[in-house]
Amino acid sequence: MTKKKTAKWVHKDLLGLEYLSKEDIELLLDTAGSFREILDRKIKKVPALRGKTVVNLFYEPSTRTRVSFEVAAKRLSADVINIAVESSSVKKGETLNDTGRNIEALKADIIVVRHNCSGAAAMLGRNVDISVINAGDGWHEHPTQGLLDMFTLRKKLGKLEGLNVSIVGDIAHSRVARSNIWGLTKFGAKVTVCAPKLLIPPEIDKMGVRVTNNIDEALAEADAINVLRMQFERDDMKAFPTQLEYFKNFGITEDRLKKAKKDIIVMHPGPINRGVEISSQVADGANSVILEQVTNGIAVRMAVLFWVSQARDKDKKDEITH
Amino acid sequence: MSIKQVFTREEIERAITRISHEIIENNKGVKDLVIVGIRTRGYVLAERIAKVIDNLYGTKLDVGGLDITFYRDDLSLVAEQPVIHNTEIDFDIENKNIVLVDDVLYTGRTIRCALDALIDFGRPRTIQLAVLVDRGHRELPIRADYVGKNLPTSQKELVQVKFQETDNEDSVAIEETGNDKEKDSKMGS
Amino acid sequence: MKLLIKNGRVIDPANKIDDNLDILIEGGKISKTGKSVDAKAETVIDASGKIVMPGIIDMHVHLREPGREDKETVFSGTMAAAKGGVTSVLCMPNTLPSLDSAEIINTMKAIIKNTANVDVFICGAITIKRQGKELVNIGGLKKDGIIAISDDGASVDSDELMLKALKEAKKEKILVICHSEDKALSGKGLVNRGFTSTRLGLRGISKESEYKRVGRDIKLAEESGAAAHIAHVSCAESVEIIRKAKKKGIKVTAETAPHYFSLSEGDLLDYNTNMKINPPLRAKDDILAIKQGLKDGTIDIIASDHAPHTENEKEIEFEHAEFGTIGLETELAVSITELIGSGILTWQELIRKMSLNPAMVLGIDKGTLGVNKDADIAIVSPDKEWIVDKAGLVSKSKNSAFIGRKLKGAVECTIYRGKVVYKA
Repeated sequence: MTKKKTAKWVHKDLLGLEYLSKEDIELLLDTAGSFREILDRKIKKVPALRGKTVVNLFYEPSTRTRVSFEVAAKRLSADVINIAVESSSVKKGETLNDTGRNIEALKADIIVVRHNCSGAAAMLGRNVDISVINAGDGWHEHPTQGLLDMFTLRKKLGKLEGLNVSIVGDIAHSRVARSNIWGLTKFGAKVTVCAPKLLIPPEIDKMGVRVTNNIDEALAEADAINVLRMQFERDDMKAFPTQLEYFKNFGITEDRLKKAKKDIIVMHPGPINRGVEISSQVADGANSVILEQVTNGIAVRMAVLFWVSQARDKDKKDEITH
Repeated sequence: MSIKQVFTREEIERAITRISHEIIENNKGVKDLVIVGIRTRGYVLAERIAKVIDNLYGTKLDVGGLDITFYRDDLSLVAEQPVIHNTEIDFDIENKNIVLVDDVLYTGRTIRCALDALIDFGRPRTIQLAVLVDRGHRELPIRADYVGKNLPTSQKELVQVKFQETDNEDSVAIEETGNDKEKDSKMGS
Repeated sequence: MKLLIKNGRVIDPANKIDDNLDILIEGGKISKTGKSVDAKAETVIDASGKIVMPGIIDMHVHLREPGREDKETVFSGTMAAAKGGVTSVLCMPNTLPSLDSAEIINTMKAIIKNTANVDVFICGAITIKRQGKELVNIGGLKKDGIIAISDDGASVDSDELMLKALKEAKKEKILVICHSEDKALSGKGLVNRGFTSTRLGLRGISKESEYKRVGRDIKLAEESGAAAHIAHVSCAESVEIIRKAKKKGIKVTAETAPHYFSLSEGDLLDYNTNMKINPPLRAKDDILAIKQGLKDGTIDIIASDHAPHTENEKEIEFEHAEFGTIGLETELAVSITELIGSGILTWQELIRKMSLNPAMVLGIDKGTLGVNKDADIAIVSPDKEWIVDKAGLVSKSKNSAFIGRKLKGAVECTIYRGKVVYKA
């Protein structure tokens, strides 16, 4: 048995993969591996977070991430409370900080927050003593999605170092893209982002990625491709061609995959727009790991919940001994 | 701080052989017998016991490794960050006779966690407990069915089991720590 | 009533003085300056080891009164000024209502007369309600007492109207302060466009939106022959455009704020809304360019762009938070820390940019320690280090981008018209 040097986990909050070290991420992925095994047991539950309360505070509709966090917390024996806040009422309603402080006063232990404003999780984390997990903030980060994508890749290919990973779609407005880029580049993966020029944010190359506007170029060397959901309903997209045109130029189809590596892994954070960014044949095909991502997502979120609650307990212990 | 050797390599080997025989005797053979060791050193011990039995009876016993981190009730008390290992029990434990193996039996809390964990895998017919060292100071109503050696200790002492596989040597030693709170920082095995 | 400041290192750029001198103040004016002034004074201040300089003239301050007294008032803002060694401020017209009519200017004058702790000069609006549509009565407002015009917070988008304003201002001999921002380019931007906006997932504000408008404003200034002043210069390109214009002999002056040479976009990584400022904190290269511009004289003036906002407007999501940082209480220390220590400016140059130059640009008889001038004086410990503490801020709003920063140089005493208005 080889002993691996594990990181000392010190983070009260999980705000983004940019702020974690490679060792931190490794600890999360390894722990997720242990939890992934539990998910295959008859009784898919451990008492690690018994007596703790996790509040899912969602300012954006998201069934997928919310349910995944809920399942993860319940598998750890935590109690879960879901709060959905209408984004439209935010301006006249209670501020995010006040809501957070109220949740803290209700003696919850962890807030999982999804918000349409970049930086919302960071602000909340600064203003409450309990743990805050970012479940997606604006265009900034979606760290648990990044982690589950990395976990899936590592499980499939055994490593992350040296892998060619292409992220295709609306990079400019994608928190999934940013979390993937920060995480993967820390492990020495070679990341390419591919999108029409308008959807590439300025100076993204400084994040250590290659940029291309040509889908075939993005596919050519790729070991894996992460296909982002296209949201044509958003205001920013008005300047953009039609869905059909996007699919023609950037859609992931069987024909395009034929020119890629035979075993290329196809990922998608969901929900899928069939025929918009990906064809049904590819989404349901042999290269797709989309449903595995969903299962792995639970394990990864269990790991995150477990470790942030450990950091919190450590704080409490310090207080007691003082 | 002083370290006192209490078990040599030969003594450890003899103890393992004796425990193996007792297990067979007690279970009247190897039918439905599986061995599960608690990570890390309990698993090493489990593998060794299985090897002795396999050699004697020409069997190939199922051996599993159990990590109990997520079952601990003292995670909020431990000073050191827990190290998480994999649980690997890739066989059915339904209606099996499980021998649960650990290196040292102390407060009994680890075993309590392990019992919880095992039961989450299914409903075994029996669970028996084998340990290399029983050092006393139980805090829960738990006792071992098979014991390599009973070792009276004070709570200031630390019992350190080393195995070739994990530590490059076979030995059991008692270390004087002068710290009465030893139990709190390292969960009583 | 006499006041004597003894043994200080007196730095007075107007009279090219940098020497250990005593200053005697009588009737609110400086009556005597010299070695060992021997006079009986009611108050004697020992300024040994300290710098004695003309009080700071901050020509870019938002006092928020009337209309937003929850953010700041003339009283609280001028208290903050006094604490920062500032003895004159020019208040910006983006109040509620805007300072665009005789009536509101007179209201403002009454508030100032009754509550101000230091001199407050008024900057009127260029257009009615600062909407960029119809010019105010510039000549009339000048008679009512304004000394400059600006639509600060907004730029006059129409070239035609801006030219008309400049021509009118030339006729009336009044300064035009340009908030140079092309909203069509900056749009809903929040931080500097580039790596930082990408990294934070926030809409960017391009440098183009600033420097293109700086270019336009200078072109119109040249055409009209009016005196134009470019407010809050933040990027390298703007500095270069102004440098060229000055070489060409165009009558233009420029100001920057301490945060543009001390903070960069990199400081925004934790979404600190106190650093959400317009124009935004820029890249490291821009900081260097601003410093170079200060050194070579392209940038004439340092002003705080003191922009108070309540906690409710700042302690919220970055996107929804207001733009701006307060600065009156920290501008001198930040400038000393960033510019003196690193040799960018000498003391003479720094003090000139914070007192004499703004006085000259605004055409007010201040910014000097000459005999018979207003006794507006700041006494400063040049090497004293302190940490900006939120609880210690006297401005009504606490949105300082410098909270937690260690600064060098502390105001020990501020004298306004011969009266001690602040003492550490």
